[in-house]
Amino acid sequence: MIERPPNQPPTAGEGSSLFGDVPEIDLSRGRVDLALVRLRLAWRTLRDGWSIFVESRIGLLSLAIIGVFALMAFSHPLLMATVWTPDVYDPVTGYAFDQFDHPASPTWRHPLGTDSLGRDILSQLLFSARSEFILGITAALVTVGIATTVGAVAAYYGGLVDSLLMRLADLIIALPGISLLIVLSALFSLNLFYLALIIGVLGGFGGTAIILKSQALSIRVKPYIEAARAAGGGHFHVIFVHIIPNLLPLSLLYMMFTVTGAIFAEAVLSFLGLLDIRMSWGIMIHTANVGGYLLGGTEYWWLIVPAGASITLLCSAFYLVGRALDEVVNPRLRRHDG
Amino acid sequence: MSGPAGGDALVTVDGLTKRFPIAAGMFRKPTSFIHAVDDVSFRLGSGESLGLVGESGCGKTTVGKLLVKLQEPTEGSITYRFPAPSTGGHLAGSVDAANIKGRQLRVFRRQVQMIFQDPYESMNPRRAVYDTIAEPLLVQGIGDVQDRLDRVSEILNLVGLTPAGAFLFRRPHELSGGQRQRVAIARALVIGPSFVVADEPTSMLDVSSRTGIMSLMQELADRLGIAYLYITHDLAVARYMCHRIAVMYLGKIVEMAETEELLRNPLHPYTRALLSAVPSPDPMRRRDPPDILGDLSLPVDPPPRCRFYERCPMATDRCAADVHPPSEEKAPGHWVACYEA
Ligand SMILES: Nc1ncnc2c1ncn2[C@@H]1O[C@H](COP(=O)(O)OP(=O)(O)OP(=O)(O)O)[C@@H](O)[C@H]1O
Ligand code: SF4
Ligand SMILES: [Mg+2]
Repeated sequence: MIERPPNQPPTAGEGSSLFGDVPEIDLSRGRVDLALVRLRLAWRTLRDGWSIFVESRIGLLSLAIIGVFALMAFSHPLLMATVWTPDVYDPVTGYAFDQFDHPASPTWRHPLGTDSLGRDILSQLLFSARSEFILGITAALVTVGIATTVGAVAAYYGGLVDSLLMRLADLIIALPGISLLIVLSALFSLNLFYLALIIGVLGGFGGTAIILKSQALSIRVKPYIEAARAAGGGHFHVIFVHIIPNLLPLSLLYMMFTVTGAIFAEAVLSFLGLLDIRMSWGIMIHTANVGGYLLGGTEYWWLIVPAGASITLLCSAFYLVGRALDEVVNPRLRRHDG
Repeated sequence: MSGPAGGDALVTVDGLTKRFPIAAGMFRKPTSFIHAVDDVSFRLGSGESLGLVGESGCGKTTVGKLLVKLQEPTEGSITYRFPAPSTGGHLAGSVDAANIKGRQLRVFRRQVQMIFQDPYESMNPRRAVYDTIAEPLLVQGIGDVQDRLDRVSEILNLVGLTPAGAFLFRRPHELSGGQRQRVAIARALVIGPSFVVADEPTSMLDVSSRTGIMSLMQELADRLGIAYLYITHDLAVARYMCHRIAVMYLGKIVEMAETEELLRNPLHPYTRALLSAVPSPDPMRRRDPPDILGDLSLPVDPPPRCRFYERCPMATDRCAADVHPPSEEKAPGHWVACYEA
């Protein structure tokens, strides 16, 4: 008879079917390659996560959309190196000599037409996809790197360290995000990289840090933290070996939301013409606006729809991937909301 | 080896007290305290096994955590006297636990370990069995990867998780409760401590493997000279494992004696109640709850009188009027805290 505390639900893995692919080590055969075993373990975690993720149709669809945009980003340099001549198809300096009037409506040679300066819209669209990824991913990595560390440190040490970090977070949350970015970009000439950095730092010390801290607080009081201390583990060991790895799934989730926020912020700032960026989806709309084509109804649709739809699609896709990841990270929420 | 420890006790606990404040609001000083451990004193010789028995919430785990320095006492002292080490890297001689800090604390953790009560929560769910057991070796910088792998495999075999290769890289959710408890034991023993606080280490094992693990722990104690503070709520388990037994009630040790003496001649009404619920000498049988009045209460700001007063069938007027009875040696090595004993 096995006794179990009454509040312990039977955990997964009690059934023997799940034991099937536990890495088994044949110790009699000399050295064991620990790195290889860890790789297999990581792979198994990934696969288990994936099997939950694919249950979300929307998550899968969103991942596919992100994949398509990634392909677009990769295709631009390829096209420029092969079929597209730079003097015509360069997204910034090109000029479509084959058309008399600009903006020109879609033709075979310019599938999405040209803008008021005679530049190929498709080329601009593909070129910008890469910038959006670089921006989004840089901002997300910075945010999550900072927020995870801040959250873990604040939760672990508590006291003054915690108070200082959390007041800073409150301050940043109180600042109106987009308006602050507008002021900053008006004062300084911000390129894509600096923008990513600023968004990352604001997010990292702001709301994301608070969310990760509250998660870290619940990890900090787990008996396995005490066990690690009893083993002789120092602060550094406890934070980086026990707390942060248990925060990472949630961090990944917030990375997705940060990507959405960063792409959206860039679009707004570019639309207002505040960024020092050569080309982006926001700038494409900005160009249409400056030329007075935004009010022209659907007549010049190719100036606005491709860029606008791309912003909406990629932002939503990252957001929805985040929501689907939520089900992987917080499996308790599963099957409650559909 | 049995019998109370003499002057060269490995651990000497004197007046140990731990009070937990009850949160009183954000900026106000707490006014109420849980008296989790209240003026507890005992000694434990090297290689000796002392049982700490009592109901849930009486403060057993807290005593254990104070001993391994996971918590600091509110009052009282803990003194360790380590025999001179044959190799370096160990504390030697008499040390006051309150003064063990920093680098010394890390060394201390090689010599004093704890088997945690809850094997579900005391293992990081993301880490494999190997990582959990090798953690003390890793943070203490003992051996290279291959050495650690060898030592972990060896101890896995020892605690009965065989073949070790099949368990090394499982994660906690791929283990049963009993298997986890074996991992918890392996983690505490892998570094070769001389004193282990074993907090209900076999509570989730079935009867047959419980005996196996208990005799394994005893064998290790004899072979390696490990001393145990063996925490359990089950007198039968304590009888099997321990040279001496201390009975705890609401933060106080109410009776302490050699195992056979305590079982044959219980003097405190609480011990008697516990024993009356142990009808069979068979240590593995399940038992009914003890026959005493009412329920165990939380020791929140308890009145100064005897802690057992509310539930005591022998209580007198004196028990109500006087402070909690002092511990007295009624027979050689048999200590009781009761006016009527
Ligand atoms: N960190 C803490 N903060 C506040 N109160 C605590 C804390 N740890 C323990 N307590 C309280 O101290 C008392 C003793 O707890 P302890 O865990 O030592 O009991 P125990 O004898 O080990 O019980 P069990 O057999 O259920 O494990 C309990 O009333 C408990 O609520
Ligand atoms: S001192 Fe009095 S109340 Fe306390 S256990 Fe003894 S008889 Fe009971
Ligand atoms: Mg306990």
